Amino acid sequence: MDASAKKVKSILGPRILNQREVKIVAKDVNVHYGEKHAIKHLSIDIPDRAVSAFIGPSGCGKSTFLRSINRMNDTIPGCRVSGDILVDGKDIYDRSLDVVQLRAKVGMVFQKPNPFPKSIFENVAYGPRIHGIAKSKTDLEEIVVNSLKKASLFEEVKDRLNHPGTGLSGGQQQRLCIARAIAVNPEIILMDEPCSALDPIASARIEELIDEIRQNYCIIIVTHSMQQAARVSQLTAFFHLGDLVEFGDTDDMFTTPRDKRTQDYITGRFG
Amino acid sequence: MADHTVRSYDEDLNQLKMMVAQMGGLAEEQLAHAIDAIGKRDTKLADLVISADDKIDALEHQVEEKAILTIAKRQPMAQDLRQIMVTIRIAADLERIGDLAKNTAKRTHAISEQLPRKLVSGLTRMGNLAQEQLKNVLDAYAQNDAAKAMLVWRSDEDIDALYNSIFRELLTYMMEDPRMIGPCTHLLFGTKNMERIGDHTTNIAENIYFLVHGRAIAEERPKKDSTSITNFNPKVKD
Repeated sequence: MDASAKKVKSILGPRILNQREVKIVAKDVNVHYGEKHAIKHLSIDIPDRAVSAFIGPSGCGKSTFLRSINRMNDTIPGCRVSGDILVDGKDIYDRSLDVVQLRAKVGMVFQKPNPFPKSIFENVAYGPRIHGIAKSKTDLEEIVVNSLKKASLFEEVKDRLNHPGTGLSGGQQQRLCIARAIAVNPEIILMDEPCSALDPIASARIEELIDEIRQNYCIIIVTHSMQQAARVSQLTAFFHLGDLVEFGDTDDMFTTPRDKRTQDYITGRFG
Repeated sequence: MADHTVRSYDEDLNQLKMMVAQMGGLAEEQLAHAIDAIGKRDTKLADLVISADDKIDALEHQVEEKAILTIAKRQPMAQDLRQIMVTIRIAADLERIGDLAKNTAKRTHAISEQLPRKLVSGLTRMGNLAQEQLKNVLDAYAQNDAAKAMLVWRSDEDIDALYNSIFRELLTYMMEDPRMIGPCTHLLFGTKNMERIGDHTTNIAENIYFLVHGRAIAEERPKKDSTSITNFNPKVKD
């Protein structure tokens, strides 16, 4: 490929997409909440084994789009989703699709850590058990330990796995929720402002964790912290008033954004 | 460009820009005086240039401190970050220009008043060109004008070309009369200082381009200075 052809590609979309397989494809997606048009004609390709960050002012549609990837919007009355969202080429809004299976494949971590009112062990074991992933008791134990290890929590809780999950600190609870999401072997992990309720040190540990596991998952993180998006993601999408304004390599988005709206937002000039 | 939501952020950036503009003004003045001093063999004026250099140095420190503080406080992104980085780099170039002006002024003391005028005229011409470059590049910075900066960038060739011819001229004088070697060496260094001031204005022009466009100039820098590869062995008669 000559230099000019490369250049054209990088202008059209994130360069990183050239090196990764596409995991999620959205084509002309519209989301309405009753009268409100929350997502407008959104099309995007999200790569596997990378972190994509969604940024934008409140009400821009980033969380709405995130939730439509595992059909969390189904539970909201008056919410309509049109267009196609494909995961591994399969339409997730297909009538024959089992939403429970989808949500095992597409895990989610929320803004506020929300462990079940159960023991640390049970919090992680719950998913594999209901999905029938563990074949035996020892198998289940292994899954729990491995998930806690992947979520960098095991060392801190190994002596008190029977203690309630709600007794952990906020940062530990959030890592417990990540362990819980990981336990059912998801391929995609959606994170909706996972650090906004945490102190800087706990946030840094989550960021470190994201960095460690990103080789194995397709991760999407919604964040209000531009610095966090710049630190943890390889791709960044900027949403504004329901439009996807710009989607590019994170390195470009925070140094030389192409759209004026992106530029105004990331430099703190939004009207 | 719209204002920041936080007004004091704009004030920080404006202040940085003002400080650099002030440095630029001082550097221009120092350069003008240095050229004047050596041209007229005015040692008093030369001393003034030498003692005033501290002011530019102090300002550079202030720019650096302010820039670091602004980065720490604001976590700037995109063109704001470039603005601050460029401020630091331009301040460093201006500080060097001040040093070169001072070094040129110093040489006033070493050149005898009996030296023929025309010998110094080359240095004066070089100095005037460098002055013009500096003025234009500072204007371009004040106006965020990348096109104007590119004009400065391209005309560095002219300074280089003039330097080559003065270099040869001074060599000729030295070969003709060994008593000229002392003063001509000083003039040669002075001229070289002007050539380097031209290079610093080119640096500044590149930084303005980067500030505006977010990427470096793609072209190769124009270079016409061939003095470092000039062979000037006098022909030895048999």
